[in-house]
Amino acid sequence: MGQKITIEPVTRVEGHGKVTIHLDNEGNIEQTRLHIVEFRGFERFVQGRPFWEMPVLVQRLCGICPVSHHLAAAKAVDMIVGAGTGEGLTPTGEKMRRLMHYGQIFQSHALHFFHLASPDLLFGIDSDPVKRNIINVAIQHRDLAVQGVMMRKYGQEVIKATAGKKIHGTGAIPGGINKHLSEEERDYLLHGDDYMNIDKMISWSQDALEFFKGYHKKNKAVIDDFAEFPTSHLSLVRKDGALDLYHGVLRAVDADGKKILHDVDYQEYFRYIDEEVRSWSYMKFPYLKEIGKKNGWYTVGPLARMNTAEFIDTPLAQKECEVFKQYNKGKPSNKPMHHHWGRLIEILHAAEKIKQLLNDTDLMEGELVTRGTKQYEGIGLIEAPRGTLFHHYKVGEDDMITMANLIVSTTNNNQPMNEAVNQVAKRVMTGKIEITEGMMNAVEVAIRAYDPCLSCATHALGQMPLEFEILDTDNNLIERKFKG
Amino acid sequence: MTGKIPKILVYGYGNPGRQDDGLGVLLAEEIEKWTSARQFDHVHTDSNYQLNLEDAAGIAHYDLVIFADASREDIEHFSLVPLEPSEVVEFTMHAVSPAFILHLCSQVFDHMPRAYLLHIRGYEWEFMGQLTETARKNLNLATERVKNFILDTLVLSD
Repeated sequence: MGQKITIEPVTRVEGHGKVTIHLDNEGNIEQTRLHIVEFRGFERFVQGRPFWEMPVLVQRLCGICPVSHHLAAAKAVDMIVGAGTGEGLTPTGEKMRRLMHYGQIFQSHALHFFHLASPDLLFGIDSDPVKRNIINVAIQHRDLAVQGVMMRKYGQEVIKATAGKKIHGTGAIPGGINKHLSEEERDYLLHGDDYMNIDKMISWSQDALEFFKGYHKKNKAVIDDFAEFPTSHLSLVRKDGALDLYHGVLRAVDADGKKILHDVDYQEYFRYIDEEVRSWSYMKFPYLKEIGKKNGWYTVGPLARMNTAEFIDTPLAQKECEVFKQYNKGKPSNKPMHHHWGRLIEILHAAEKIKQLLNDTDLMEGELVTRGTKQYEGIGLIEAPRGTLFHHYKVGEDDMITMANLIVSTTNNNQPMNEAVNQVAKRVMTGKIEITEGMMNAVEVAIRAYDPCLSCATHALGQMPLEFEILDTDNNLIERKFKG
Repeated sequence: MTGKIPKILVYGYGNPGRQDDGLGVLLAEEIEKWTSARQFDHVHTDSNYQLNLEDAAGIAHYDLVIFADASREDIEHFSLVPLEPSEVVEFTMHAVSPAFILHLCSQVFDHMPRAYLLHIRGYEWEFMGQLTETARKNLNLATERVKNFILDTLVLSD
């Protein structure tokens, strides 16, 4: 009798997802799916609200990445107040927002690597799940745990200094920013004691990369062969091809590195990208229109950015980028576990950028806001920690929102995550009589590499867990396993 | 009693944009107003959407921590109970429990403050910035209780 295995909840991700794996009578994988079964409601919810509320309202969508939503919405609203796209702001406005964003990238990537990913790397994917967590990292690799905690804290302090507060930050406003960086805030972030200074953060970022590269050397199979599959890659890049996490043009390359989206203005993203709805998931499937639904899907996030960007404009991260590109022989990496590698290069880049900005006097003085002629439509894109984040709004004469479309990073990664699940399931489960926790965790490791935020992707209204189920070919439930 | 004035942290967490889910954050704000007016330099407050890893570093500087959160549980107004450390890891892992934070603090920073968990009963969780009337009453009662608890702690330390 054939089987269907369901993994629910998928752990160490945000939100509620479910993995089903259909096995035939011989134990071969017939079909795999990552289902997102949460309710989607935020795009409707914001309709009828005044546009200037968006930067503070939409960040309530998620407690994990509110800063990314805050900034993407602010960029869209910049258009509506006539301040133009990223280049239109005052130097102070743009640089303060960038500082906020690099703080967000820094803390979010640190959380992912140290808290969510490192237990799998340090203790093994099929190790005892009771021990496969940050507490055991703290016990057995204390320095690493201290670094993870303090790097998170530092990033949060950057956010607090730029957004005003940790909850419902109000820093980014239509057309700019509402505060300068004070001398006290600058000095604290530059030279704070008890580890809280930028030089320590840069040094720890380098240590984390060394740790990863050392692990990679000894565990090539885990990092390189875990779930490789051909995929296109999409991100913003600066006009000269540099990595730019805050602003740029949209570029996509195929699995071999050929450009398939040619540095287009993101204000016209809808000409190039569409979203497909599938009946079994609330999360849509974006794709490049020119290539079509079947093959037009793409990957976003740290791995995609390493593949689309030609170089990085900070020296230490650039060196690491060169190592990454050399290792992959100048071609895109299509290995999901290389997301971790890209993530660590970006942590270092963010730290270097934070240092540059803290030494820039534009943050402490100058005009905060730009205004122009009102527009009735605005689109804001940003490279959030998990990948490209789209906010698109239309407003009426009365300034109320009439249409909202959000394509969040995890939604962009929907098909790649499904592909990764398929690859890993085939590899570890085919022909196996018993499905072990280690096998299920292997599937989760593949999903986790993308650092998905499933609540965010479906604009969900609450917290929901995940599960694994085993069903026969007639969809009769044989076994259900909860993971938590 | 001990001669040392304890450093106290009141940490509220939740989402004030989701009605009664903001109870913990609002309690921290009330306590902040109260301590600022009285210049209680050794009593601090903090708040966030949810607890995160770095909070283990934050609480390491304190002798006593009160974690305040909204609750759906069937309690009368609020409950304030001692908190024990736990190494149980929750499924989302982007957010963590106060017991986990306490345990992580002891493992990473070799210090475990005395800790209490304050649950304040909430009722509605929609996308609104206002508490329900009943939750507001519960917040007021809980705030008074925490004030008295802090005063008792300070008196006992004299």
